[in-house]
Amino acid sequence: MSPNLRIAFRFLTAKKRAMLMSLSCTVLGVGLFIVTQATTSGFEKFFIKAILGADGAVRIEDKLQNTLRTVSAGNDFAVRSKEAQKYIEGVEEPSLVVAGLKQFPNVLGTSQVIRQNVLVSSAFKNHDSAQVFGINIDEHIKVSDLDKHIASGSLDDFRQTPTGALIGRELADRLQLSLGESFLIDVRNSPPMRFRVSAIYETGVSDIDKIRVFVHMGQARSLLRKSSGVSLIQVSLRDPARAEVEAAQMEETLGYAAKPWQRREKVWIEVFRALATSSGITVTVFTLIASLAMFNTLAMIVLEKTKDIAILRSMGYERRDITQIFLWQAGIVLAIGAVLGSAFGALATWGVSKIPLGLHGIIVTKTFPVAPSPWHYVAAVVTAIVMVMIASIIPARRAAHLEPGDIVRGAAQ
Amino acid sequence: MRCAGLQRYLGHDEGRVHVLKGVSFEAERGQVYAIVGPSGCGKSTLLYLLGLLDQPDAGTIEINGQRMSNSDDAARTAARGAHIGFVFQFHFLMLEFTALENVLMPMRKLGRLTPAQMETRAHALLESVGLGAKTHRLGTQLSGGEQQRVAIARALANEPTILLADEPTGNLDVKNSAMVFDLLTRLAKDHGQAVVLVTHNPEIAARCDVTRPMRDGVFIGT
Ligand SMILES: Nc1ncnc2c1ncn2[C@@H]1O[C@H](COP(=O)(O)OP(=O)(O)OP(=O)(O)O)[C@@H](O)[C@H]1O
Ligand SMILES: [Mg+2]
Repeated sequence: MSPNLRIAFRFLTAKKRAMLMSLSCTVLGVGLFIVTQATTSGFEKFFIKAILGADGAVRIEDKLQNTLRTVSAGNDFAVRSKEAQKYIEGVEEPSLVVAGLKQFPNVLGTSQVIRQNVLVSSAFKNHDSAQVFGINIDEHIKVSDLDKHIASGSLDDFRQTPTGALIGRELADRLQLSLGESFLIDVRNSPPMRFRVSAIYETGVSDIDKIRVFVHMGQARSLLRKSSGVSLIQVSLRDPARAEVEAAQMEETLGYAAKPWQRREKVWIEVFRALATSSGITVTVFTLIASLAMFNTLAMIVLEKTKDIAILRSMGYERRDITQIFLWQAGIVLAIGAVLGSAFGALATWGVSKIPLGLHGIIVTKTFPVAPSPWHYVAAVVTAIVMVMIASIIPARRAAHLEPGDIVRGAAQ
Repeated sequence: MRCAGLQRYLGHDEGRVHVLKGVSFEAERGQVYAIVGPSGCGKSTLLYLLGLLDQPDAGTIEINGQRMSNSDDAARTAARGAHIGFVFQFHFLMLEFTALENVLMPMRKLGRLTPAQMETRAHALLESVGLGAKTHRLGTQLSGGEQQRVAIARALANEPTILLADEPTGNLDVKNSAMVFDLLTRLAKDHGQAVVLVTHNPEIAARCDVTRPMRDGVFIGT
């Protein structure tokens, strides 16, 4: 052990109580930072996973009508006006688009979907609004987690029943529909059609579970009187993180608007980010208190140990050694604080993940979703180190700049 | 070691006092010097200057032929560690540390010896000031005289060429002050170290090689 570290240890023990204050705040700061980040990113991850599982990484909707006008402005200037871009709803030639999508190596699967707002009626409730999704089930489970989201009933039942339907948990509850029961789907200007509940699914995203009804593509076509074309093509990617880049290329090559999930769920993703930042800042208050406590403790030790500083200096210890001795003290507290804080954070994260929550907000979950990450630990510890060290530099430098001559004459300060 | 024309003012504004008014002094290896004089005449102030703990307002200090009085903090600090042993008049030890650790402290900084050699030397030094049995006592568990003796052992740790001691026997009984004084003289003779001590004890002063009486910031009689 270096002599300076040894001295730092001994000085620390002289001010146990003040040190403990700083240490416990460091532990709280580090630990709570880790928990809050684990929970906020837990919610975010949960939401993104559910969204990707339900809506896929990219959705191709609406044809881009390339009416980009080139406005000549004087000499050689050409201004492309964005407002001139127009969309035509839906995908008219889905097989062509699918063939185009297959050229993208990152594309895992595609599913053609017909979508429309409808009214549904059960024996219990009339004319409730819903959204019907006409799908080809085997195609669709390749671009979604619909199969994994089935909460009761079975996909096989759906496959074998032409009038079968998959209905969201919240919608089923609202209509008081159970498995095997039938209900009507109403579209304006045409007679209602009867469907049977083959399975009830639960994605975890409230907005989806309360309105979507999946039916077979053929049924949807006759219900909606749409013999060709689809409303959208849902695309899954091997690497969903690249969705934005891929979507941009898809728009370019296919001539259709391609929406990546990041853009689709922008609002929520930003909400989660803001939440993570604000809770991180809030929790950093503990670290701030830790650094103030450390400042205070070190300043006290400097005052108490001026004579020891003079003795050390008289023995040949340099200014740098004195600075080091005091920074080591902060370092020791930080090291212990980081270890205990991380342990506390890990334990608390585990504890939180066991809390039965029964949440029914924007997401539906039974327990607290947590997503621990080593980066949260790094960020927590780095924040603590930066703040406590900055607070320690001032007393440490002050100690180093005391003149031994002034101290021994009692004229220090 | 040699110093010439040392002047030192202390205090500020109206409280400014001319403590040292041109002190010249020379110490050679193997000699023991005593500085005597009434309280407040500036003995400690002179010793701090010689120990490079303080800087003179005028005059020069040379150690081993090198001029130290105007050198920077780093050079003075290095010289303190390698060439000078200092025993303070008050507050001798770092109280959270044991006697042994106090003696090890300067050796660890200098880093000339291996840890095992340091331990051996520290034990031997404490033995020679009569504290062989109390090496593991904390500073707080030692009497004033014992602390003073540990401080002397510590000042000798790095085999300094100059030992400056401000009333090293002030708190000691006759037997112990004789022992400490014998130790210091023996070192001066055997290792060729220069010993400069401040003392109020006429007997000790009489046994030194050179005695320099001081009054009101100047040496008298020369
Ligand atoms: N910080 C200071 N400001 C002003 N004057 C001071 C200061 N420190 C010491 N003095 C004065 O300097 C003079 C010399 O002090 P010094 O400590 O050198 O005396 P001394 O000879 O060692 O005395 P003693 O034998 O009592 O230890 C004293 O008159 C003292 O009052
Ligand atoms: Mg004095």
